[in-house]
Amino acid sequence: MTDAFIYDHVRSPRGRGKKDGSLHTITPIDLLSQVLVAVRERNEFDIADLDDVVTGCVTAVGEQGGNIGRFAAIMADYTDEVPGLHVNRFCASGLVAANYAAARIMAGQADMMIGCGVESMSRVQMGFDGGAWLFDPQVTNKIGSVLQGISADMIATKYGFSRDDCDEYAVLSQQRAKAAWDAGHFKGAILPIRDSIGRTMLDHDEHMRPGTSTEDLAALKSSFNDMGELGFNSVIMQKYPEIERMNHVHHAGNSSGIVDGASAVLLGTEEAGKKHDLKPRARIVGFADVGTDPSIMLTGPGKSARKALERAGLTKDDIDVWEVNEAFASVVLRFCQEMDLGTDKVNVNGGAIAMGHPLGATGNMLLGTAVDELERTGGRYALVTLCVAGGMATATIIERV
Amino acid sequence: MTHKAVKFELDNDGIALMTIDVDGQSMNIINKDFMSELDAHIKTIAGDENIKGGVITSGRDNAFLAGADLNMILGDLAMRDDATPEEIFEGSFSLNKLFREVETCGKPIAVAINGLTLGGGLELSMACHYRVVADNDKIKLGLPEVQVGLIPGAGGTQRLPRLMGIQLALPYLLQGKNMNPKQALSNNVVHEIAPADEIVDKAKAWILGGGKAEQPWDQKRFKIPGGQGVYDPNIVQTFMGAPAMTQKQTKNNYPATVAILSAVFEGHQLPMDQAIDVESRYFTQQLLGTIAPNMIRTLFVNKNKADKLVRRPKDQPEAKTKKLGMLGAGLMGAGIAYVSARAGIEVVLLDREMEYAEKGKDYSKTLVEKGLKRKKITQEKADKLLSLIKPTTDYADLEGCDLIIEAVLEDPKVKADVTKKAEAVIPDGCIYGSNTSTLPITMLAKSYGHEDKFIGIHFFSPVDKMPLVEIIVGENTGDEALAKALDYVRQIRKTPIVVNDSRGFYTSRCFMTYPLEASNMLAEGIAPALIENSGVYAGMAVGPFAVNDEVGIDLSHHIGEATKAALGDKFQKEASHDVIGKLYELGRNGKKNKKGFYEYPEDEKKFLWPGLQDHYPLADEQPTQEEVTKRLLYRQALEVVRCMDENVVTAAEDADIGAIFGWGFAPWTGGPISMIDTIGISTFVEECDALAEKYGPAFKVPESLRKMRSNGSSFYP
Repeated sequence: MTDAFIYDHVRSPRGRGKKDGSLHTITPIDLLSQVLVAVRERNEFDIADLDDVVTGCVTAVGEQGGNIGRFAAIMADYTDEVPGLHVNRFCASGLVAANYAAARIMAGQADMMIGCGVESMSRVQMGFDGGAWLFDPQVTNKIGSVLQGISADMIATKYGFSRDDCDEYAVLSQQRAKAAWDAGHFKGAILPIRDSIGRTMLDHDEHMRPGTSTEDLAALKSSFNDMGELGFNSVIMQKYPEIERMNHVHHAGNSSGIVDGASAVLLGTEEAGKKHDLKPRARIVGFADVGTDPSIMLTGPGKSARKALERAGLTKDDIDVWEVNEAFASVVLRFCQEMDLGTDKVNVNGGAIAMGHPLGATGNMLLGTAVDELERTGGRYALVTLCVAGGMATATIIERV
Repeated sequence: MTHKAVKFELDNDGIALMTIDVDGQSMNIINKDFMSELDAHIKTIAGDENIKGGVITSGRDNAFLAGADLNMILGDLAMRDDATPEEIFEGSFSLNKLFREVETCGKPIAVAINGLTLGGGLELSMACHYRVVADNDKIKLGLPEVQVGLIPGAGGTQRLPRLMGIQLALPYLLQGKNMNPKQALSNNVVHEIAPADEIVDKAKAWILGGGKAEQPWDQKRFKIPGGQGVYDPNIVQTFMGAPAMTQKQTKNNYPATVAILSAVFEGHQLPMDQAIDVESRYFTQQLLGTIAPNMIRTLFVNKNKADKLVRRPKDQPEAKTKKLGMLGAGLMGAGIAYVSARAGIEVVLLDREMEYAEKGKDYSKTLVEKGLKRKKITQEKADKLLSLIKPTTDYADLEGCDLIIEAVLEDPKVKADVTKKAEAVIPDGCIYGSNTSTLPITMLAKSYGHEDKFIGIHFFSPVDKMPLVEIIVGENTGDEALAKALDYVRQIRKTPIVVNDSRGFYTSRCFMTYPLEASNMLAEGIAPALIENSGVYAGMAVGPFAVNDEVGIDLSHHIGEATKAALGDKFQKEASHDVIGKLYELGRNGKKNKKGFYEYPEDEKKFLWPGLQDHYPLADEQPTQEEVTKRLLYRQALEVVRCMDENVVTAAEDADIGAIFGWGFAPWTGGPISMIDTIGISTFVEECDALAEKYGPAFKVPESLRKMRSNGSSFYP
């Protein structure tokens, strides 16, 4: 099997995913193509050697529809010769894009690939692509479909995480993100996004609220009480009949932020790197996708991590850097509980609670963050995982080289 | 040509009047005659150029058309073992197709609705091009199919939402609730309300005025009010929320609700011809399942038979109650007084102290005032109802009563004393009923001079809401008493079952096994929430711990002690007796003192008492929900079978009705006996044998079941 190496990664800053967000006026295709331009400029490779641009994007309708990666590549002047592929594994799409790109290389079917991701949540509303799993009664009934927040609250209820536990974790995420920014840990990856006349629109993650305290968060009303009472609690509780009452713990402050962003990872064989005089930074060790109960939906990271570790012949003790997407506080807390890890080794540079979760791009960003953290700390292995809607999860293990 | 279901008259203006008058049916319903005659009439109208259009009305004043003949559906189902799904589809699609022909026949068809319009009646109406309804608030229009596990199968899931909007139509489809004419007008379901004697003229006038033979949904630019299709955010939200809201009610035990949602969801992305095809597929699925047939049989066919007093001795003359002597004005007595006065019966409400008797009447006052506030009752009727109840402490007031019901303390001595006092003043041979829930009728009858006139009339609490009355025939009870009691139950519009005397009779005896088995499991260390939820999720009206708290732990304890004393060596001790004993000892008497299996905080929802787990620590291994559910349901079903073996309850029909309406057994099963039949005697016996091995003699299979198993027979044909 051919080794697939990460040669570079670039990401946009994350803009607030609202109409007043700094990236709201830029189209998602422009956002992604700026990142693609940066990848090419930073690495000066011959575009003719690039085999494909694999793009993760979740809400692939409207201006994010129709295989956005193919056309973002053309807009980035990758020439007509570079094809593009859209992948959607919901929140793990950006990671799956990189995995798929790596898989093509590992299988000997490509030499140089880009795995990237984009989501402009301020412009294309989450859920706008619909889907049978959300509203076809035959499907929703079979899977026990509930809102993700209800699933996250069920994780907290079932596995015993209190509102305080979740709020404390959220504050930790904010503090770590702030510290990481202040220390310049993201400097190498961030590409300031500019408008069409060259003005900088955003050069930092603007969703962060570094001063947030647990007292601030305690004042917030939990978000999913009413929807739960409406009927969603009944749906999920029937799957977990040992649960007497739902504990609704999540709110905007301990859940991932809605943001705009794009990210890309450049991958290739060892030979391709040599040919273009690129320095390999990490090797893709392996990856795994899993399915779990689609109702509680967000409990897959542990299973995917174990599967990836097992396939790689590693144990959790081999992992130096853990990136677990902070979709909701309870997801990370459950992962740490399940894997018997302290939170001190997980998401040390903060995560989506502080910086936001641009759905299709996040997994790609986390992969880049893991590469940087391995390099900064001199660690060897990192594991990146994300919970995925519909009861899935994806995990990727990389090794610093 | 004579017609058996739909008359046909052509008037001078060239309008065909089709009058529904179905032979041999007390109420107009859709049967095969109706379908073939309507089909012929529509073809006539379509084919005769001298006929301008048609008006459909009813020749009956009680109903316009009350839906399809469920007996016909059940009959068709009886043959389904030989029928392919395709054949069942064709059979059920024929009505859908017929109504589609009404709206596409090319001639304007109007409907003049003059009475109850349910199910297929409303579906036919919606397939007409113009709808006039009589100005009468008592007329109900609705699609109640879901209540017997079916879905509207003649276009109801397609036309109602196209008329009134998907979101607004869903509650009518999913809950089967009715609308009155005013609501029908504001819902866009009818075009016009007119006085009853003008509706046919109005319908004709619409045709003569140039009414068009086209439905809005067959127009190119038709849009469903309130949005349509999977690209409309309103509709997306509706279909994300509605299934969850539905499951909150159904606990996913009623597949018809999901089928309705799907028929609406899929059908409203299609033209009508295809939409009704999709609807009929979902309808067929319900017919092919076990739930709809069981529900139709018990909740509709057999309940109707019970309401019409199928168990009444035929040779007894009708014996309506005019004046009821109600002995005891406590919770039960007060409730019985209320439902009796509501039915126009004069009630003498007697208690030891005037204060108690008055308090008993106040119960009616409170209910009446509630009714007035909600406009469920007129002031005149309210006054009349209250005037019929006379509170008293004087036995002399019982003079002239033609029925006595006693609901005093459950103490044989007290009861005997009251009986003697009453007997002194009431007419000789007056029928005397006891509302006891625990004491043997045969024993109580001994204190009455005419044992043959003594009968058990067992109500359920709260009396005004609970639909069942359990009539208990003692050893010496005669036919006159039985007839009188049944006629009375019919008068107060409740559903009777007739059972024979036994400890706890039928309902109480079987019901108690439900909370008892729950307590057995608690003692084994099974998680209380798992036990409680398994009961609720299985479709039981109330969870086993919640219902035990309602009954009262003290009462459960006393009943247990009394049973133990009465049975002596035969008493089978279970772990549950100790659980109840423990709670009793701790003073946790249930809801009445705000502590039992549950805690009842002031401003919060009740929650299971965490102390349960201190006394009964959680076992390391927890059973599956399926196992817990089986224990809860099978335990009850086995007791029902034992009651049938002991001739306490004599018919499967009564057993099923009593279970659902008496103690809230899961309605989707059609009752415990239907449930056993559906599982299959053989499988049921094997499963119970396995349970008996693990959990003891409570699951011991009665010999009768083993016999049925070897005969290959079933309870219902």
